[in-house]
Amino acid sequence: MSRLAQGGLIDRTRQLPFTFDGETMLGLAGDTLASALLAKGRHLVGRSFKYHRPRGIMTAGSEEPNALVTIRRGNHAIPNLRATTQELYRALDARSQNRFPSLDFDLLAVNDLLSPFFGAGFYYKTFMWPRSFWDRVYEPFIRRAAGLGRLGLEPDDRLHDKGFAHCDLLVIGGGPAGLIAALAAGRAGLDVILADEDFLFGGRLNAERIDLDDQPGNEWAAAIVAELRAMENIRLMGRTTVTGAYDGGIYGAVQRVADHLPAAPADVPEQIFWRINARHAILATGAIEQPIIFPGNDRPGVMMAGAVRSYLNRFAVAAGRSVAVFANNDTGHRTARDLLAAGVEVAAVIDTRPDATPQGDYPLLSGAQVIATSGRLGLREITVQTGSGRQRLRADCLAVAGVWAPALHLSCHLGARPVWRDDINAFVPADGAVPGMRAAGAVAGLRTTRDALKSGLAVAREVIAEHGRKAPRIRLPHCSDGPVECAPFWYVTAGKGRAWVDFQNDVTAKDIAQAHRENFRASEHLKRYTTLGMAPDQGKTANMAALAIMAGLDGRSIPEVGTTSFRPPYVPVSMAALGAQGAGRGFAPERLMPSDALARKRGAVFVELGLWQRPAWYPRPGETSWRQSCDREARMVRETVGICDMTTLGKIDVQGRDAAEFLDRIYVNNIATLAVGRTRYGVMLREDGFVMDDGTVARLGKRHFLLTSTTGAHDQVWRHLTFCAQVLWPDLDVQPSDVTEAWAQFAAAGPKARDLLHRLTQADISNDSMPFMSWREVKIGKITARLFRISYSGELGFELAVPAQYGPSLAEALEESARAEGGDWFGLEALNVLRLEKGFLTHAEIDGRVTLDDLGLGRMMAARDCIGKVMADRPALRAPDRMQLVGLKPAGASKQLLGGAHLFNPGDPVDREHDQGVITSQCFSPHLGHPIALALLRGGRGRIGEQILMHDHLRGVETLCAVCTPVFLDPEGGRMRG
Amino acid sequence: MKLACPLCGARDIREFHYQGAASLADRPDPGAPEARQEFLDYVYMRDNPAGENRELWFHAHGCGAWLVATRDVTTHEFLSVRLATDKEPTT
Repeated sequence: MSRLAQGGLIDRTRQLPFTFDGETMLGLAGDTLASALLAKGRHLVGRSFKYHRPRGIMTAGSEEPNALVTIRRGNHAIPNLRATTQELYRALDARSQNRFPSLDFDLLAVNDLLSPFFGAGFYYKTFMWPRSFWDRVYEPFIRRAAGLGRLGLEPDDRLHDKGFAHCDLLVIGGGPAGLIAALAAGRAGLDVILADEDFLFGGRLNAERIDLDDQPGNEWAAAIVAELRAMENIRLMGRTTVTGAYDGGIYGAVQRVADHLPAAPADVPEQIFWRINARHAILATGAIEQPIIFPGNDRPGVMMAGAVRSYLNRFAVAAGRSVAVFANNDTGHRTARDLLAAGVEVAAVIDTRPDATPQGDYPLLSGAQVIATSGRLGLREITVQTGSGRQRLRADCLAVAGVWAPALHLSCHLGARPVWRDDINAFVPADGAVPGMRAAGAVAGLRTTRDALKSGLAVAREVIAEHGRKAPRIRLPHCSDGPVECAPFWYVTAGKGRAWVDFQNDVTAKDIAQAHRENFRASEHLKRYTTLGMAPDQGKTANMAALAIMAGLDGRSIPEVGTTSFRPPYVPVSMAALGAQGAGRGFAPERLMPSDALARKRGAVFVELGLWQRPAWYPRPGETSWRQSCDREARMVRETVGICDMTTLGKIDVQGRDAAEFLDRIYVNNIATLAVGRTRYGVMLREDGFVMDDGTVARLGKRHFLLTSTTGAHDQVWRHLTFCAQVLWPDLDVQPSDVTEAWAQFAAAGPKARDLLHRLTQADISNDSMPFMSWREVKIGKITARLFRISYSGELGFELAVPAQYGPSLAEALEESARAEGGDWFGLEALNVLRLEKGFLTHAEIDGRVTLDDLGLGRMMAARDCIGKVMADRPALRAPDRMQLVGLKPAGASKQLLGGAHLFNPGDPVDREHDQGVITSQCFSPHLGHPIALALLRGGRGRIGEQILMHDHLRGVETLCAVCTPVFLDPEGGRMRG
Repeated sequence: MKLACPLCGARDIREFHYQGAASLADRPDPGAPEARQEFLDYVYMRDNPAGENRELWFHAHGCGAWLVATRDVTTHEFLSVRLATDKEPTT
């Protein structure tokens, strides 16, 4: 047992059983998985990525490169969690990774013996030949060996969520600088969010033995947190890592809501990915201790000294029975003093500085270096080089006290490079690196608690002033820690064996030397050639030493070698959190038609069109396929009457003195000549000359029009109209309004459509008083409705529009009237058949590449200018061999016509060079008794009566077709005019 | 990012549709002798400045106003925003 008898910020009354690799152990509330494992004397927790080396817990924070574990099972398993940040909970089920069959005995550790072949750049050199080996040998091998933890293959059904927050000030990090800044801003009345990735606010105050005034640091922090919690204008977000800084004061943050619970309570998400809008931010993320690199430094038991103090002071865990310390600065001595005070044996302090003096009752080796370690699966002994020779020391833990590098990652996310400071041997964030963000505390290069508090308060005052508020007076406590002297010593050159720099990607000092030899000397080249810093930890404990080694190899300084930049996210974020609410229902809003409830009651089968939910067909008892229902509905419209909810059509109301002139400039055909009470088919182009959309225009008054746009093109058409009105011709007196959702609109089509509507409205809608392409107002009870005599089916047709709130009741009334006439609802499939039989267009034909002439509508073009007219006149857009709209019928044994299939001259090779066109839409025509199709065919209008071969490469179908006009039914239009 | 709509105030950028360069507002005269060439330039040709760019934005999920914004494309900072229907600033 290495849990100390007293001390620590843990709850000794709450024991939590958990399992690691199937072995059940007991931890305490307040533990992380790492501290609970160390309390059981367990250092070995994982195998490394490339060489499968045994690896132990190295840090006590999110920078951890080694201690990656998988928790939970099946589709709830979460791989690659850092044991150092994973809170312990009752029955936590954790497993080590990257080992087979077990941690202690891993078969792929053979890679370690082959390591001479896996040096820097081996990816680029090893798998080159023979070429045929790539698919069958190399790639499968790499795929099996690559990666760390494994995802479950079943869908993850747990709830994740997205969050949106706004604040005056986002404080990132809840250590001393962040706490004091939040306190000052909070007292000044700012809206503040304080985010910290730990479950306990206080930062290093929880891990060090530092007194603030006469209070232990952790108690001082707890008192501040209590005050912050009581303020309504402060939101404390624990377990929340700010992962990225983005343009315009936006920060990404992942909040782990339930990762510390056995299971999330009902309706509580596991994690929330936040998008925080902050006018100002204070970066108070502290610093990350950097290792000193020496041979054998990856042996389990070799840890960062700051982590050893965290486990000792916060978790009451001694990381070893006999702990040696290897230091280039005074914090190594602090570590030794803390250990002795807790009754832990200190084997020695090995200080690289020749002039170091002891600061307590422990053996000190000044001017000395650790040059080797031994022990199979954990540290047993270290070898120290002193001025007088070598000596061996027994130790089961080696605490390495190196330089603390500011955790400045977020300051690089908008592209700024950090600035080197010789006095502290570290990079600090550049001023103005992220607009609105200021750094405070250790991340700004400050090295004592008192200085951190001072800088936190100072930047908070600046923010408060920018908000025009008065800063509160806050007295800073006296702090017991003093300045830290630190030597710029990064790596040991003596000794044999591999010295690890990037633990997560298995990059050694030798790999860096090799990159140097092969002239990959710039920091960005070094990174890509050796993969240093490219693991999920982004080299948080590797980059600095690597730069120092590279600098030492050719006599440059660290800033001359450069620094690698950092990108979001600061820590890995699960896809589930990033994609929260992005799958299944709720991914996009659903738009429901007025007849939605009625259609669902009728058992309609729905299809999504844009965001609209539209009935595709209404099955009746006995109908077993969609075709049966569709054919019946299409026949019903041709023989009696059908009704259909057309509300999804875009509707744009255009009013103003210049409304007619405006529409003349929009549509290719004349609109100004349209009489009040009449309706006209219209086509509009894009400015590049291609067709944008078609629809109807009704003239409601002299200065008042109503346009329809295609359901799927409405957004584009609406944007286009407002663009023309506001940007191109602001001098025209015209006001378009989008009234799509203000009106419910239903079609009634078929020989009995007039009877149906007369039954409903009692209005005189005879052919004389209401001819084809007219509109009028009618009364339905007390409601004024608009009745349009238009047809998308080729039958006698009307569309009836009422204010949207009356839509559902009109749907019921229509259904009743339709049934009385022997009709019923028809769905989108039947609508498609009806329009195809008539050769009416959809956006399957208007695909953005067709001209007015391609569609056979060239004669519609008026003489005056309109949008797109100049460009439509380009020679290539008038070429006679362009793809033109035609109809197709089967002319051979095969009757199958398939949408998307291409057309070829019979006898030609069926390849791209000989392509003659493509089928845009097809259906089975119940009226004709065979399939029909619309197609775009090269020079098609001149080929009516010829034969063409449909070849579908995807489905392997060939059908000989006859080319015909695109109107299959009633070409004179007598049915809809009658 | 936020864009300060003159009618609605600072709103999330996702409420807006980006249309492209503000040169789209200067539609050529279709009756000019070189109209086709001028329209080709108007429809297809764009400057690509590393710095200030004048752009058209549409407050699609807001008031429906078209805006002319000047943005520094190297920092994404909006330097000015006005309604497209307003006259050009006199400065």
